[in-house]
Amino acid sequence: MTRIELTVNGEKRSDEVEPRLLLVHYLREVLGLRAANVGCDTTSCGACTVLLDGKSVKSCTVLAVQAAAGDVVTAEGLAPAGELHPVQAAFRRNHGLQCGFCTPGMVMAAVGLLAENPHPTEEEVRTGLEGNLCRCTGYHNIVQSVLSAASATGAPATGVSA
Amino acid sequence: MSILGTRVLRTEDPRFLTTGGVYTEDVVDDRLAGACHVFFVRSPLAHARVLSVDVTAALAAPGVIAAFTGADMAGLPEIKPSAAGLINTHMVQRLLATDKVRFVGEPVAVVVTEHPYQGEDALELVAVDYDPLPAALGYEPDDASLLFEDAGTNVAGYWGDPSALKPDLFDDCDVVVTETINNQRVAPAPMETRAAAAVWGADGRLTAWIPNQGAQGTKAQVASMLAVDADQVRVITPDVGGGFGAKFGADPEQVVVAWVARELGRPARWTETRYENLIAMTHGRAQQHTVTIGGSRDGDVRAYRLEIVQDAGAYPRIGAVLPMLTILMTTGPYDIPRAESVAKVVVSNTTPIGAYRGAGRPEATAAIERAMDLFAAEIGADPADVRRRNLLAPFTEPHRTAFGALYDTGDYVRALDLALEAAGYAELRAEQARRRADGDVRQLGIGVASYVEITGMGDGEGTPPQENATVEVHPDGTATILTGTSPHGQGHETAWAMIASEELGIPVEKITLKWGDTDLIPEGGGTGGSRSLQQGGAAVQQAALELIDVARLRAAAQLEASAADLVFDKTRSAFNVAGDPDAVVPLTQLAQNERLLIRTVFSQPGATFPFGTHVAVAEVDTETGKATLTRVITVDDAGKILNPLLAEGQRHGGISQGAAQALLEEVVYDDDGNPLTASLADYPFVSATEVPSFELAEMETPTTYNPLGAKGIGEAGSIGATPAVQNAIVDAVSHLGVRHIDMPVTSRRVWQALQAARSGSRQPGTEQ
Repeated sequence: MTRIELTVNGEKRSDEVEPRLLLVHYLREVLGLRAANVGCDTTSCGACTVLLDGKSVKSCTVLAVQAAAGDVVTAEGLAPAGELHPVQAAFRRNHGLQCGFCTPGMVMAAVGLLAENPHPTEEEVRTGLEGNLCRCTGYHNIVQSVLSAASATGAPATGVSA
Repeated sequence: MSILGTRVLRTEDPRFLTTGGVYTEDVVDDRLAGACHVFFVRSPLAHARVLSVDVTAALAAPGVIAAFTGADMAGLPEIKPSAAGLINTHMVQRLLATDKVRFVGEPVAVVVTEHPYQGEDALELVAVDYDPLPAALGYEPDDASLLFEDAGTNVAGYWGDPSALKPDLFDDCDVVVTETINNQRVAPAPMETRAAAAVWGADGRLTAWIPNQGAQGTKAQVASMLAVDADQVRVITPDVGGGFGAKFGADPEQVVVAWVARELGRPARWTETRYENLIAMTHGRAQQHTVTIGGSRDGDVRAYRLEIVQDAGAYPRIGAVLPMLTILMTTGPYDIPRAESVAKVVVSNTTPIGAYRGAGRPEATAAIERAMDLFAAEIGADPADVRRRNLLAPFTEPHRTAFGALYDTGDYVRALDLALEAAGYAELRAEQARRRADGDVRQLGIGVASYVEITGMGDGEGTPPQENATVEVHPDGTATILTGTSPHGQGHETAWAMIASEELGIPVEKITLKWGDTDLIPEGGGTGGSRSLQQGGAAVQQAALELIDVARLRAAAQLEASAADLVFDKTRSAFNVAGDPDAVVPLTQLAQNERLLIRTVFSQPGATFPFGTHVAVAEVDTETGKATLTRVITVDDAGKILNPLLAEGQRHGGISQGAAQALLEEVVYDDDGNPLTASLADYPFVSATEVPSFELAEMETPTTYNPLGAKGIGEAGSIGATPAVQNAIVDAVSHLGVRHIDMPVTSRRVWQALQAARSGSRQPGTEQ
């Protein structure tokens, strides 16, 4: 067992973990933060996406010990309880989710995408979210949600890229 | 103003967006404290005799509590095939394989551990001695390698009589075209894989949390497979991360988890990996079609024949029944004087086939929509013109087809014309002509597909389609709805609340929907076959109206007025005496002394038949064969729309899944029956970069079968989009001599078809 100290959703954590424990299992089983889901075993689906030091990562492919000293944010920690982060609000406004399983990961990937590129075109949104799979929405309203969130944060509406 | 027909945002969204849904793996419950974890040992071989299963080494591994084999469950009944009588009754399944394994992924043993990681380690220690057998694969599985020796054949059964096909069906046709088409095997792959959590109470009752599409049907199957009374089983449906048909009922693994919990006397849990999901959850489609279409040179289709081979996989489950629906919808929206359709069902050493978005109907549409294009190409006509010429004329009285389907309402020509107009069809054809004349490397293809489908079917045994709902108004001004339907992404919490709100005058956010607990809601048909709104939603409306009737009598007594003189004021959710707005009694008050609650059952005269037309636009690089889907324009007429936001979401998802089958997705096996698409790194699950945003045109032709005027919308997208996209890609290269390319229409297949057309040889057809 190895002791890790890190920040999760703004709170300092210190836990003994098995070296092989995946970050997603640390979040879900040790901390009880179950928004991030495991949807595959090949780092393909992105349902487990969280922010690690401000960048979106697939927490099924990060060991908990690799997150030591890091700053992790999950869907639970994006906004104060009872409120929605602008990206979460945009997903609701645009019906960007159906069954919800991919949603926490998709939202975190979108937050990561907009941090890197605040004014993406439709094509950039689609490319940026290629590693996050959704079976319900056909991506249409997810793309609209991200474009809408970008415009809500002060960016002009980007419309459809050529 | 009515709330019906408006874009109400989903009330369920905030929890999904923040803490996330509570899926089966997320369930925290005192009854599940200390649960053990079940892991399945699965066959690595497609076909083999099981000589022995040795769990000794696994039992000695850290954290292992127990291990069980098929022999331990020998007392449980065999799982009989669907449609007994038509399907060979020797083709039975065991919860865990005993004498033989019949597909890669079939469970043969379980290990049970304290911690999940220990189970992953211990699985590898179970030693199974197999005697490999040749795999029987494809649409003509070799009877030299029988899956079920007792059956004496790999043919599971027939729908219709192939010997009754008429030799003179096409006699008066100037033109007859035939083609063999593969409607390939695909994986439903819901984002949430299968799972289960189970515990037996001191009262001898099982409580099982299972992701499903209808708790009541799941409960019946669990009880049947465990050979216990249905009263002994309670199924609870947590949030469900997508179903697409594949989560109807219960699967053997889920029953094994319940069995383990009983055997060990402690709660047990299981969540499958994606690898397991892709090899052991049912697959969809897997039909081979031989279409023959004939007619006049000027475009009248006079005869059509559809011969189907359904690969049911290793065990004939729902897949064996799908051809019945394909046959029912053979002629789709067309008025074809003579048509016939038969199906042969075979078993093969592959994952069993089940329902997948559309379940039998997309196959019928794909077949006839390809046939229409083949016919149009043969006579040199525009495919849209050929469709318009042969579509049924608009009708408002139900229309009976030669295959027995009773179409409720339809205006198929209008749907076609609306879609063509929205697409700018003439301009697209002009652009296509320009590129052809220029010899452009990037050729343009326009694909059209018209469809009619069946939603909200009954049980097929004469009972009309029906669903129950309970509505209760509470003294605090809130209301609760119980439904026998079962959302897994569709937005029932919002939609059902809208319906109740409309009648009761209670705001949507004060209405709670409950579903999926068989102790609370013993009856229900679940959600599938696009049935929920037209029956479950209509039941909510009926219950709310009946509740108002009961409340009116109570109000009359309280106000000492005649019930006939009372007016229900929805803006105040209260009754008042007509002409006396001060003589008021709100519903909340009427619920104070006695519960204000109604349970009702809504029955529909029959199934409904949504319809539409999809237009797809694709660019094909004639040097590499790469096809890019650039536009999809659709008209999907599902009757009256309750919430356009939700309806559009259903269409988007369906279109994407339909396009994915045409473009990308296919479950592939090698010649030994090894799955080559057993991870999401290998299975080409459609991503955001492979589909465009979709263009939806509106058309609403209400049904008269329910007061909401609603037909189903859940599957239409996948029904229309698949052939539209396939037709678009073929159309892009049709001037180069290509007539057909099988799905998925990959770069390789397009390139091969172009090479074959250039060299004048037969196209590669279903070659890999």
